[in-house]
Amino acid sequence: MTFVKARCAGTATPLIDGVEKVTGRARFTADLPSREALVGRILRSPLAHGVIRAIDTARASALPGVRAVITGADCDVPYGVLPIAQNEYPLARERVRYVGEPIAAVAAVDEATAQAALDLIAASIDPLPAYFTAQDALADGATRLHENKQGNVERKVTQEFGDVEAGFKAADLVREARYHYAEVTHAQMEPDCSLAEYDAERDRLTLHSTTQVPYYVHLMLAQCVKMDASRIRVVKPFVGGGFGHRTETLNFELIAGLLARAACGAVKLELSREETLLTHRGRPETDIRIRIGAKKTGELTAVDCEAIQRGGAYGGYGLVTILYSGALLHAIYRLPASRYHGLRVYANTPPCGAMRGHGSVDMRHAFESLLDELAEGLGLDAIALRRANLLEAPYRSINDLQVNSYGLGECLRRVEVASGWRERRGKLGRGRGLGLACSHYPSGAAKPVHWTGEPHAVVNLKLDFDGEVVALTGAADIGQGSSTLIAQVVADVLGLGIDRIRVVANDSAVTPKDNGSYSSRVSFMVGNAAIAAAQNLKKLLVEAAARKLEVSPADIECLGETYRVTGTDRMLVYQSVVAAALEDGGTIGVKGTYSTPPETQGGKFRGAAIGSSAGFSYAAQVVEVSVDEDTGAIRVEKVWVGHDCGFAINPLAVEGQVQGSVWMGMGQALCEETQYHEGRALRANLLDYRVPTIVESPPIEVHIVESLDPGGPFGAKEAGEGALAGFLPALTNAVYDAVGLRLTELPASPDRVLEALQAKRRAERVKKARAA
Amino acid sequence: MAVKRLVSFVINGRRREDAVSDNLLLLDYLREVAGLTGTKRGCDGGECGACTVLVGGEPRLACLTLAASCEGRKIETIEALATHGRMSLLQRAFHEKLGAQCGYCTPGMIMAAEALLRRQSSPTEADIREALSGNICRCTGYVKIIESVQAAARGG
Repeated sequence: MTFVKARCAGTATPLIDGVEKVTGRARFTADLPSREALVGRILRSPLAHGVIRAIDTARASALPGVRAVITGADCDVPYGVLPIAQNEYPLARERVRYVGEPIAAVAAVDEATAQAALDLIAASIDPLPAYFTAQDALADGATRLHENKQGNVERKVTQEFGDVEAGFKAADLVREARYHYAEVTHAQMEPDCSLAEYDAERDRLTLHSTTQVPYYVHLMLAQCVKMDASRIRVVKPFVGGGFGHRTETLNFELIAGLLARAACGAVKLELSREETLLTHRGRPETDIRIRIGAKKTGELTAVDCEAIQRGGAYGGYGLVTILYSGALLHAIYRLPASRYHGLRVYANTPPCGAMRGHGSVDMRHAFESLLDELAEGLGLDAIALRRANLLEAPYRSINDLQVNSYGLGECLRRVEVASGWRERRGKLGRGRGLGLACSHYPSGAAKPVHWTGEPHAVVNLKLDFDGEVVALTGAADIGQGSSTLIAQVVADVLGLGIDRIRVVANDSAVTPKDNGSYSSRVSFMVGNAAIAAAQNLKKLLVEAAARKLEVSPADIECLGETYRVTGTDRMLVYQSVVAAALEDGGTIGVKGTYSTPPETQGGKFRGAAIGSSAGFSYAAQVVEVSVDEDTGAIRVEKVWVGHDCGFAINPLAVEGQVQGSVWMGMGQALCEETQYHEGRALRANLLDYRVPTIVESPPIEVHIVESLDPGGPFGAKEAGEGALAGFLPALTNAVYDAVGLRLTELPASPDRVLEALQAKRRAERVKKARAA
Repeated sequence: MAVKRLVSFVINGRRREDAVSDNLLLLDYLREVAGLTGTKRGCDGGECGACTVLVGGEPRLACLTLAASCEGRKIETIEALATHGRMSLLQRAFHEKLGAQCGYCTPGMIMAAEALLRRQSSPTEADIREALSGNICRCTGYVKIIESVQAAARGG
């Protein structure tokens, strides 16, 4: 008799909820049965900045079919994802600060009535001076957006580690450059939607919503609707992508709750694409100045940089973004000295927030672009320069980030070979080029934004008479495959096939609290908690088998579908072991938890927690481009990317995540940008906000590198964000290889490229004329 | 109130007759009246392809099609593709090759690919790219979508 123990972790596994997605059976929030629900609609500010004098809702309230009309007067409690920076209200009170900010909302029997009611609301708003760039908002005498923030500075960060001046003195070459990045947004495919049901008899509120963070939504609902958290239930149905848009409670979710309570019933609030894009929370418009020094060998000696981010009208994740930008200069290369000045500025545009690669992307572009210039100046190959600065794990950066595993060297080697770098770089002829860059990302913030002292992740397992193992988790699967990963690791520990496992996720009535899907925390943290839970369950099963077979648990070998006395033929089948385990106490519930080790939680200085992580992923990529010098059009021919995810629990999903990250980086690099005219969004649709279509999307060849992180679940780290940031500099470095042009402004849309090419030609002509 | 008229269709093989307003979009008809929520709304009109369905075998954006204009036509949505509870070859390929991540663009993407494969059983990569050029996916970078369609064309 042979026993084959199933190995689920490490096997390419289609998503356990994939069948629903391809058959149309998956229910997203807008798909939930809601025939009886009222229709919610939001009235939005036409002004970018102003004082609300009055909002007259009398005529709207009197319209037949209108069941509730609410304004800022109906909620006087601010909300926000960071406990120390809550300065936003679900509906504006006293002031509006961007075009599109919600100022009133209605619930009515149908869409036409709701729309008619909005038209009957008279808002009287006195305009204030409005600022649409960081520079204007910072100017002397500018009106403050928030009274407590002088000069419209939300946060000023100054961080210096090591001896920066000595570092530059020791350098053989120092280069400096400035870069500008347009604001980009998530453009996740599913528009925002909430279904809020208020049960007036029992004073209970149930919210189904398009969120990545059901727990944070739960907290903010309790706060703003002023209900005890125990009277609220939050459910996350299927969610159509997030990329950071949904990593904080958003105004529409709170408005839906407030409307349902005011109407004493159910309200469905479906935002249009335009409203969804105005809800925003994307990556801020950013200006960067950066100076880096290096020795002849390529070793870096110091970096000095500053970043100014236009954060929009409210705080959101802003403090975190500006801190990440500086913190993640580190933990990728050996860097002996750094100075960072960060400025997060309020302006009268929709609030920015977290977006895939949070805080790291623009700074990584600046850094890796300048490395390319340094390599050229030093006569070094771009890969050789990076090799001169590789770390050795374990390593502690000068800003106290702990690196426990590090596969960047292997990522470089893989893409160097796969792309034919040595043979092809610089030799593809005019108009065609190769570029390289590296990037990294935390596998979850080692200190969450809501620090409660609880473990970072909890997974519960239920085992009953039927033998199915039910994993209960609060981790929000938004398409990345977290539920599949949980099923895989539980099955793997128990030696069972994945079809023995059912994952029940995101219903606050039954699943444990989870901080949510952001900062790439889920695989690492929830994966570890799921392993711990499965180990606890396995222990009970082994003990039960031992009791039945009358041996010591140490003599039992778990083979998944059978439990055997080691070295004998005596065994029990799984179902009998389950029955034995249930004998005394009935249905089994076990739990597994995970907390980050204290040494990974960062240093002691102000803002030190941001950037700290128990595991960093690494990526290197080579991008091949062709550039049309007559039109300025850049075409990406191919991408080779090596990603160190520690261990690929689901290689299929890792590939998909890495491809999606690289491609999203391509969107930011080539064509995506928001645009405002006097604060009014000009691109709040998917035609003008240009995400790449299938026609211009290149093949992306993924090389999975497994450095086996000592703290990761089976050695795994994140795979969903780390490769994004590297695409942008790899692209612009490739453009330099192709046509000798250094792009310092993104996106590299044809008009910008053409202008830069013309400027370069002009400069060359002038130089030539002077020489002559 | 918009005028209502009696319209008959064959939706996913079943004849239906409904009184629909002249201005009712096919998308809203499918989702609200017929209860077929597999077809998704991803934009404010003709931007994203998430609502792609087949009308008379041709891909159409249900958000830009009036329900009343489909009188007498055969309409197919994502719900029509599985038979006897089993996924079609194309659906299975999207599932197994991870052509679907979040799954929101997937019904429209699969219907557009279905129309392609019916016209052309062995499409080139360029054919696939052209046929799906109106369907936006924000998760996959399209790499595995192309692989899914190719796998289905090869027969799984």
